[in-house]
Amino acid sequence: CALHVICCNAGQFFSSGHTNNWAVLVCTSRFWFNYRHVANTLSVYRSVKRLGIPDSHIVLMLADDMACNHRNPKPATVFSHKNMELNVYGDDVEVDYRGYEVTVENFLRVLTGRLPPSTPRSKRLLSDDRSNILIYLTGHGGNGFLKFQDSEEISNVELADAFEQMWQKRRYNELLFIIDTCQGASMYERFYSPNIMALASSQVGEDSLSHQPDLAIGVHLMDRYTFYMLEFLEDIHPASKTNMNDLFKVCPKSQCVSTPGHRTDLFLRDPGSVLITDFFGSVRKVELTMDAINLTDPIKQMEENPVNGEEQKEVYSYADQLPVSEIIHQKPKQKDWHPPDGFILGLWTLILLVFFKTYGIKHLKHIF
Amino acid sequence: ILSATVDAAADTQGTSAPETVVPSSVPQPKDDFQEELVIRPLHSGDIYASFQFRTLWDTDFMRENKVSHYRLFPKSLGQVISKFSVRELHISFTQGYWRTMQWGQPFIPSPPGAELWVWFQDSVTDVDATWKELTNVLSGIFCASLNFIDSTNTVQPSASFKPLGIGNVTDHSFLRYATLPREIVCTENLTPWKKLLPCGSKAGLAVLLKSEKLFHSSFHSQAVHIRSVCQDWQCKTTSWELRQTVNSVFDLHNSGQAKREWSLFKMFSRTLTEACPLASSSKLYIDITDNPQQFELSPATSLLSQAVVLGDRRTFSVYDLTQETTFGSVRSLNLLIRWKSNEGEMLRPLLHAERYVAGYGLQTGEIHTLMYNNHPYRSFPVLLLDSVPWYLRLYIHTLSVTSKGKDNKPSYIHYEPSKDRVKPHLLEMLIQLPPNSVTEVTVQFERALLKWTEYPPDPNHGFYVGSSVISSLVPSTVAMDTNSTRERPLFSSFFPCKEESSYFVRIYTEPLLVNLPTPDFSMPYNVICLTCTVVAVGYGSLYNLLTRSFQIEEPNPGLAKRIANVIRKMRGVPPL
Repeated sequence: CALHVICCNAGQFFSSGHTNNWAVLVCTSRFWFNYRHVANTLSVYRSVKRLGIPDSHIVLMLADDMACNHRNPKPATVFSHKNMELNVYGDDVEVDYRGYEVTVENFLRVLTGRLPPSTPRSKRLLSDDRSNILIYLTGHGGNGFLKFQDSEEISNVELADAFEQMWQKRRYNELLFIIDTCQGASMYERFYSPNIMALASSQVGEDSLSHQPDLAIGVHLMDRYTFYMLEFLEDIHPASKTNMNDLFKVCPKSQCVSTPGHRTDLFLRDPGSVLITDFFGSVRKVELTMDAINLTDPIKQMEENPVNGEEQKEVYSYADQLPVSEIIHQKPKQKDWHPPDGFILGLWTLILLVFFKTYGIKHLKHIF
Repeated sequence: ILSATVDAAADTQGTSAPETVVPSSVPQPKDDFQEELVIRPLHSGDIYASFQFRTLWDTDFMRENKVSHYRLFPKSLGQVISKFSVRELHISFTQGYWRTMQWGQPFIPSPPGAELWVWFQDSVTDVDATWKELTNVLSGIFCASLNFIDSTNTVQPSASFKPLGIGNVTDHSFLRYATLPREIVCTENLTPWKKLLPCGSKAGLAVLLKSEKLFHSSFHSQAVHIRSVCQDWQCKTTSWELRQTVNSVFDLHNSGQAKREWSLFKMFSRTLTEACPLASSSKLYIDITDNPQQFELSPATSLLSQAVVLGDRRTFSVYDLTQETTFGSVRSLNLLIRWKSNEGEMLRPLLHAERYVAGYGLQTGEIHTLMYNNHPYRSFPVLLLDSVPWYLRLYIHTLSVTSKGKDNKPSYIHYEPSKDRVKPHLLEMLIQLPPNSVTEVTVQFERALLKWTEYPPDPNHGFYVGSSVISSLVPSTVAMDTNSTRERPLFSSFFPCKEESSYFVRIYTEPLLVNLPTPDFSMPYNVICLTCTVVAVGYGSLYNLLTRSFQIEEPNPGLAKRIANVIRKMRGVPPL
């Protein structure tokens, strides 16, 4: 019957090797004129959420607040297209690291998992060895480094070492690294861990350019590479079969002015067989079972002590908000304990007595 | 296919084990949800909207076996209360500053930025460690950088911030207070806040909370208040109360309209269509005390209610959203308030405060706090709490409190000096304000030079000093209602009222923005470049002069000579 058909097709569900998807999206620039970097990150966030990755699996780091910035003529919005067509900020955004929290140290700690024990779950990258992770960085960069908030940099060697730590701790199955900065290709030159695919918006020696300014907002809204990547991703839906080779073709030199680059030598599978939704979407695997499951007994409620029965202890009352007389007569806090004044005197008397007991009274004249 | 499997399982379950039927005789702890919106037109043309969502739950979080079934009360907050043994928690996120002289007193006051104050239970042994963990967990729940709260901006007030809920014991070592004046509030803070509501933002009054309109306002504040309250008039048992509040003031000119007319659609870009089905009461109050002939409401309502709030008796038109008739034939309520005339005086607020930094240069300065008592003949006490970061070194011997030109000695002063990089200054004073006067508190300070790694990425913006908190018992014009048992609208029952002649009010001053002496961060690069250049030019030239030997070199011969040299070489003859 119908049950058999579904049973046989279960095998095709487990072909790609990953069981969950994570995304780490970082914008590293501060100040209003770097509006476009926040818009870049938010457009990737929007695509990733739309294709199925939930907020609990996305670590979003924005170094400055553009939406509620006082210079923003339309508060609580971040636009990616001029004439304010697409608000990528949306209505249910959850930013995990914001403002001063976006530092090189926090970024590396998120990647490697070495966070203080009291860090909440939404700020952690809880990936395992069956996770596919998408890492997107944008900001200002140079040959071999990426600038964080105009005060510190991360070098390509540090990044490569962080990925190696992740590999050794089995924190990813496959990793897709996208960077949209000037000279972005220099950031993936030093990778040496397996299963990493990298894309950059420009080669070494080239600058990534921004797209269009909006006259009402007054700044450039997006960078070219991410703009065309967003257009490409808007056509992807959770069941589409587009593969990575199409993503490599996004933004040719005619549109981008810089030459986007990619690196696939560390990746085991052929890029043509890797679906876009393997990294940008979150395809849930469903495990079918034909067994019946016994539900456990419902928890028996404990007999609540009836309130009216026993004699209650005392009547509660609200505290006095400004008890003036109580405050005035509040005892001062205990000062640090000082030994009493007579103590030192007594101590010296004791020492003298012991001295004279042992050595005799004739030494007294040497003292006085 | 999946459902067929489950049905099969249920069938087998039903026939074999009849004793697994759920017992229904034991009642669950009762919980109750109420929501209300108060709209108060202000004299400057702006409009003030105050949302309050209250969940009451008769349960005990401190019990041995943990609470496991949450219905209306959000689970994330319930777990926070039981894990950290919280007695009271108040957290607020605010954008903008409340202008008391133009807008009157708010129902729920809050300072700009983020503010968190917590009373812990007596059972907590290490309050500081619990406080640190609590701030980290809250920063994850509300998507805010509350993890920046540490010992350098936390204080332990000794007389302010008494618990707002039930409490017989008030040992201030269990209280912690911190503010982050720089904290931004945006949609990412509103999203998790809305998820704590039982109906979310899908039904009831919360559908009006749209971020594009809320953040385009002069003042926006969202807060969460958790405390224990009396369950009934006997007050022998307590229940937990969670209040979520949003206070917004919408600007008349900002929203681009010429004449003075407000509607729900203009304010929130949404209208009300139904009450939250889980709410026991869902009401909309419009304050019509100030001259009811001035504006007209449509659709009109016959329900009127009077309440004593903030020392004054106010009249409200009430719209009950649980009644179908409120929504009319169009099934949606878009309240329209249209003004006909513009007269009327606002009731002058009796207490308001200002604060500013005086002085010049980057070495010293002076903080001035002014408190105005506008009552013609009554004086009242105020408790001033100042928490100043350690990098402004206060000289307390220059502290002076003057009213009407004469010295005004505070009846209680508590001062905790700061420790560099460890804790801030704490200054609390109880001052009696004479009637109709201005009291000025001044203290001089010196700015510290920070280590170069301690500067934030944008140090030239300046450093914020948190708002001062002024708590006071202000005389009221009408008798306050001390009976805490009667059903009162939520906006009038936030602060507990102990006596009839005065009401408790808390005012926040402006935060200060001070510049600290900032080094030039490009100097290390400049110094390296300059030094290397000097070394290269100076030492390099000297080295060359000493070690280089000079040889005479023939100038490069012309083309003809070079060809001739090649031919000569081939012939074996010495070149030219």
